Formats: sequence, C-alpha cells, structure tokens
Amino acid sequence: MRAVVSLLAGSLFGAGLLISGMTDTTKVQGWLDVFGNWDPTLAFVMGGAILPMLVAWRMSAHRTPLTGGRFPKMSPPNLDRRLIIGSVMFGMGWGLAGLCPGPAIASITYGGLGGVMFLIAMIAGMFAAPGLGAQLDRAANAA
Amino acid sequence: MHTEWIWGLAGGLLIGLGAAVYLLGNGRIMGASGILGGLVDGSDRTLERLSFVAGVIAMPLLLRPLFSSVPETHLTGNFAVIAIAGVLVGAGTRIANGCTSGHGVCGISRFSVRGIVATLIYIGAGGVTIVLMRHVWELI
Repeated sequence: MRAVVSLLAGSLFGAGLLISGMTDTTKVQGWLDVFGNWDPTLAFVMGGAILPMLVAWRMSAHRTPLTGGRFPKMSPPNLDRRLIIGSVMFGMGWGLAGLCPGPAIASITYGGLGGVMFLIAMIAGMFAAPGLGAQLDRAANAA
Repeated sequence: MHTEWIWGLAGGLLIGLGAAVYLLGNGRIMGASGILGGLVDGSDRTLERLSFVAGVIAMPLLLRPLFSSVPETHLTGNFAVIAIAGVLVGAGTRIANGCTSGHGVCGISRFSVRGIVATLIYIGAGGVTIVLMRHVWELI
C-alpha cells in the first residue's frame, strides 16, 4: 500500500515537474539570474506547490497517515552549520547547472549524456555527504 | 510565450498534490533528495522509495511527446560544470537534509523555520552563483 501511495505521489510530482517547465534549466537559471532576461515561472511553480501542502498540513492535525504510523514532527528551529553550509553548496550547484534533485531524476530519459552525468555526479555527492558532514561537525567542535 | 506562468502554476499544483498524497498517505515528507539519498545510503523503505522514483521518471517519459513543443532540459554541454554542479547538489542537499521539494515546498507550507531559512540560502547562493558566473566572470 505504501508503495502504491509512493508511485502515485511520484507520478504527480514527475508530471508537475515536466508541465511546470522545471526540467528546463533555462527557466530555473532564468529565475535565479535577476540581471538577465528574468523568468518569473519558478515563483508560480513554488506558489502552486505550496497551496495543496498548506491544506495537507492542516488536514494532518489530529489524524494519522492513511497507512498508519505518525506524521513527522517539526524539527526544532536549529539553524546549524550543516543546514547553512549544505544549502549554500546546493544553491551553488543549482545556479551552475539549473537542476535540483527532483528535475534531475524526472528528466533522466530526455536529458541526454549531460543529464546522466549530472545524476551520477549528484549520487556521488550523496555518497560523500556523510563524511563531509562529519568533517563539518569536527570543525565546529574544534572552533 | 505569455502562458508559461499558467503551466508553471498548474505544474506546481500537481507537485504540491503529489507532496500532499505522500504526506497524508505515507506520513512522510516528499523530498526528492531525501528519497533518493535514502536509496544511496541503503536506508529502510527501499520499495516505497523505488516506486516513487519510478513514478517521477515514468510520467515525463509518457507525457512529454504530447506537447506541441517537446520540453528539453537545455542543460549546458560543459561536462566539468555538470560534474561540479552535480556533486554540489548531491552533497549539499544531503548535508542540509533537504532540497527544493523538502525544505522548499513541504517546509515553507508548514512554516518551518529551517525550511524557510534553507530556501532563502539556496536561492541566494544560486542567484549569486549565476550572476557571478554569467555576468562578472563570464564563465558559463
């Protein structure tokens, strides 16, 4: 049942990424590049995506998930080194290529060799992340 | 074309609907980097992660030919840029524990401080990066 829910959610997500234009790197980079030919599309995508989730979070109160278990608790508002440095790294890569993880997966069948290379590099970065994160923590402790 | 924002909004609603199904159905936050990263790390829930990824890949494959102008990625042909960007995105999202879908869509809609701060930071870093690389150093 959980796998069926996942397949449905992934299908909606994949369809949305394609239809919204978010697998097109010129749109993403066009939004980030405020000194270029600015493209507002991403703001509409983000706004559109947040709307159903506002309702969903509200619905999740006083309830349990359909397949059982519990809804994830909100993390305490700790703005730690990992959150900040990780987000800076992610943003740099996002700006450089115009792909974030969702669109990188969604466009794998039509992104050509470059798309495959990006996904492989992204997975390599994910492999390296636990070690890099631990180094960040050590640097924080040493400071 | 002046209708692109409508497609953006419509696609965005589908993305949010997917996140809502994932949350209300499975009780999990729909974050692309977390779902893929869990497969990379060999965490639990492999089957539901794989079925999510299958949906994400299959739908664009099925829908793409229906468009009058077939969507392309327009990804740079510079493989060095692709490799560096890919590693930064993979490592950064896992270290920060979220990307555009997890921190952005799911975090902001919950008024999560971490989600909002992360989103401001990666948008800022992305904006600075592209402005420097394109207009100042003219490297990409």
